[in-house]
Amino acid sequence: MADTISEYESKLPLHIIKEVRDNAPKGLSDAKLRKVMETIYEEYKGARVHPGEAVGLIAAESIGEPGTQMTLNTFHFAGVAEMNVTLGLPRIIEILDGRKDLENPMMEIYLKKPYATGKKIEELRHLALQIKETRLKDISTELTINIADLTIELKLNKEKMREIDVTNSKVIDAISKQLKGYTIRDNKDSLTLKSRSKEDTFNEAYKAKEKVKDVTIKGIKGIRQVLPVKRDEEFVIITSGSNLADVLQLEEVDAYRTTTNNIFEIEQVLGIEAARQTIVNEITKVIEDQGLNVDVRHIMLVADTMCVSGTVKGITRYGVVSEKSSVLARASFETPIKHIINAALVGEVDNLDSVVENVMVNQPVPIGTGLPSLAVKAPQKSKEK
Amino acid sequence: MKKPKFKVDKHTLTPKHAKLSEKEKTQLLERYHVTSKELPKILKTDAALREMDAKPGDVVKITRKSPTAGESVFYRVITDV
Repeated sequence: MADTISEYESKLPLHIIKEVRDNAPKGLSDAKLRKVMETIYEEYKGARVHPGEAVGLIAAESIGEPGTQMTLNTFHFAGVAEMNVTLGLPRIIEILDGRKDLENPMMEIYLKKPYATGKKIEELRHLALQIKETRLKDISTELTINIADLTIELKLNKEKMREIDVTNSKVIDAISKQLKGYTIRDNKDSLTLKSRSKEDTFNEAYKAKEKVKDVTIKGIKGIRQVLPVKRDEEFVIITSGSNLADVLQLEEVDAYRTTTNNIFEIEQVLGIEAARQTIVNEITKVIEDQGLNVDVRHIMLVADTMCVSGTVKGITRYGVVSEKSSVLARASFETPIKHIINAALVGEVDNLDSVVENVMVNQPVPIGTGLPSLAVKAPQKSKEK
Repeated sequence: MKKPKFKVDKHTLTPKHAKLSEKEKTQLLERYHVTSKELPKILKTDAALREMDAKPGDVVKITRKSPTAGESVFYRVITDV
């Protein structure tokens, strides 16, 4: 019996095969099973998308219509302390445009066993503080320039420093690594920075002062907030701000499940296929959050389109549209004059292979019943006569 | 960018990537009546290919988990930048 089903493995999707395996009654004869499989296969063939079906148009409608019902606002996370999330239409636009700077980048950091169970709350808190970025301005109370000898003086907030477990020497280390050309003197409660170059002006000192404020003392660059949350028997750290590459380096982090909502970071760290999966996940999440329902197939089509070229491209005139081979199709989207002039300059040829061009020149479009065309077989010399 | 300590292809988001042999490649192109230029692309610097010995022009078979079909197979050709 198993053999008969196996024969269809290359013809039918895994889900269907599995369903048959699970549900076929025990004593089913081989001939009957074959009949069942044949019927399934026929049904399956009929259910597939027909050649020439305008799938892109259907996907656009199917995502666009629920889009009209989505919120236009960014809300606070209901119930969770002060964390912003972009949702609804603005988030969908953000994903589809392929923007690199998100309004609210976020990460979900999964942890390895001892931390995830939440038995050691103290360690979890400690870890969360390790991840959160602390800048110099967060631990200093006063930051001044001594105009007379052009030094920068900064007073340290000892209490804060104890809280996040850093010492003076660690602070000095961090500053000297990120701000070159300065000697730092340690006065216990304060630090004095002096430029090593001889031609030091007030302007230079001012610039350095602004720079030194943003020096990362501890944590991972870009992580603005951390929030440990319990999710199905497991503790997860949710962050605002994202830096996947650095977070995955941490020992305590479960690198195989940790994700971010920044698609470009995923592309850089995990590759184009992971980026595609993230696009699908993120769009599905937004749509479900809004209580709407869109078939995943449409979303998968959009995600595939954004990822065919090997890098993530947004659905904009700089992204997916710029990849179209037809001049007229590109011109019909946005900035038509630019495209037509450029095409004229290099002598581009439009073969009228796709839809928009044919609409423009008033010809049948090659979709649906417009796709097939007749071919005449050249008459062969008959041998009968 | 720093090289991650973990294996990229074990991440839940990354599907399985496998290189096709020359023979499998020609069979694939024949089956779909396409040239390798017409396949979807993947950069040779892609993170998922880091551990793989692959050169531009090779075809990668990607076995994705699909919510509709259970498993779906996708092919990408490796390109220079």
